[in-house]
Amino acid sequence: MSEEKQPVKSIVTPSRLEYDFTPGIATTRFLRHMQEGRIVGQRCTKCAKVYIPARGSCPRCGVATEEEVEVGPNGTVTTFCVVRVPSENIDLTLPYTAAHILLDGADIPFFALIQECDAADVRMGMRVEAVWAPEAEWGPTFENIRYFRPIDEPDVPFEDFKEHL
Amino acid sequence: MRDVAVVSFAQTKNVRRENRRNEVEMLIPVVQEAVEKSGIPKQEIGFYCSGSSDYLAGQSFSFVMAVDSLGAWPPIAESHVEMDGAWALYEAWIKIQCGEADSALIFSFGRSSPGMIRETLTLQLDPYTLAPLGADPVCLAALQARALLESSDYSEREMAEVAARSRADAKSNPYAQLTGDFDVDELLAEPYFVSPLRKHDCPPISDGATAMVIAADDVARNASKRPAWIRGIDHRVESHQLGLRDLAQSTSTALAGEKAGAVDIDVAELHAPFSHQELILRDALKLGDGVKINPSGGALAANSVMVAGLTRIGEAANAIWNGNARRALGHATSGPCLQQNLVCVLEGE
Repeated sequence: MSEEKQPVKSIVTPSRLEYDFTPGIATTRFLRHMQEGRIVGQRCTKCAKVYIPARGSCPRCGVATEEEVEVGPNGTVTTFCVVRVPSENIDLTLPYTAAHILLDGADIPFFALIQECDAADVRMGMRVEAVWAPEAEWGPTFENIRYFRPIDEPDVPFEDFKEHL
Repeated sequence: MRDVAVVSFAQTKNVRRENRRNEVEMLIPVVQEAVEKSGIPKQEIGFYCSGSSDYLAGQSFSFVMAVDSLGAWPPIAESHVEMDGAWALYEAWIKIQCGEADSALIFSFGRSSPGMIRETLTLQLDPYTLAPLGADPVCLAALQARALLESSDYSEREMAEVAARSRADAKSNPYAQLTGDFDVDELLAEPYFVSPLRKHDCPPISDGATAMVIAADDVARNASKRPAWIRGIDHRVESHQLGLRDLAQSTSTALAGEKAGAVDIDVAELHAPFSHQELILRDALKLGDGVKINPSGGALAANSVMVAGLTRIGEAANAIWNGNARRALGHATSGPCLQQNLVCVLEGE
């Protein structure tokens, strides 16, 4: 037996937990609409803001939301990030652009990929449209939308979306 | 010290599996009910504090998403504890004592159904020597029950009596989950689940949410006909290492009860998820035969994790409001084998 024992500097304790995720009533409806090829948000009865994907409440007013509103499929880039660093599990040609997209009719942007466009050409206020996967592949998931691409429309002035960054 | 009272309390029905609504959808009705019952306009509530754990639903920052149920505009002062909502109440009480708010809304939510609660709670143990053993909360509670049986005059019969009484009392609690009339001899004829615990000694697995409003001085007096005044609130913690504790006693509960002034109690709502834990808590708080224990049915009838402790204080307040108690005690526990304990003594005027 060795006289000089080395101190234990670390141990490995594996842990794994599995969960069944419950999206909730509002988000379940959103996902079902996605399966039908529609992007549907919910409007607050008090402040009239439209949330997508809906989670069943207006975070501003703290009231339940029920009224459904179809939004998009076109939208506006409110802000974006050009990615030049490769990541594990992301099989995209560098550089690529991740953007916040405000769909027409919605009051909250969400995160999506911009493709069919040079990263250098992406700008705040740029108009884009959703590019969907083939209908046969649609499921109850946001992944039905593969990415957004530019459309031939004039840029939206900053003043018109500055509340939605 | 400012006089602070519980002025309203609301809860969802506890269910085994809430797989329709998300946390926000569960919270909106109870938050609205608590605000309405409080009599305090929502925009005047000075502080918000929640108790929950991201480990339950497996969602990081779920407590931030829960703020979506509040209506946080104009901006609100908000905080969170990764603990039972009873400790959120404690934080809010401190906030009011410091003069930073005159009222507060406390809420808690816990859905155990998305995961495996016995595995989830095992991760709260010390990660070096205990968690790798996989000692889940039922096994640890069984060790504690064995320590109690070996060191006292209590028997498995007294444990079964606690379970039978709790579920019978829970029949009149519309929010309870596990209710009914059970015969103690028949319960004792059941096989062991984890010896010396039988299934009836263990809590149901529950999903639920609660909200409570507290207020100070005249804000409480103006809002409520019968405020449930917090005469004392204190919490104490014992070692994380189970081997360093006498599991058959709860010294932290005894100390918290002493500091909170737990005397002359009419009704005590004890957060005892396992039947033997009620026996330990009753002794720690020196609650005599004249004290009505857990008229709501307690955690043996509904045990939404992170919620059941705040619920005990809400039920103690209910006992004040419905005239069943002049002084009522609400107790909450956290951690394995009653590691940390909070005692709140309420009094009607």
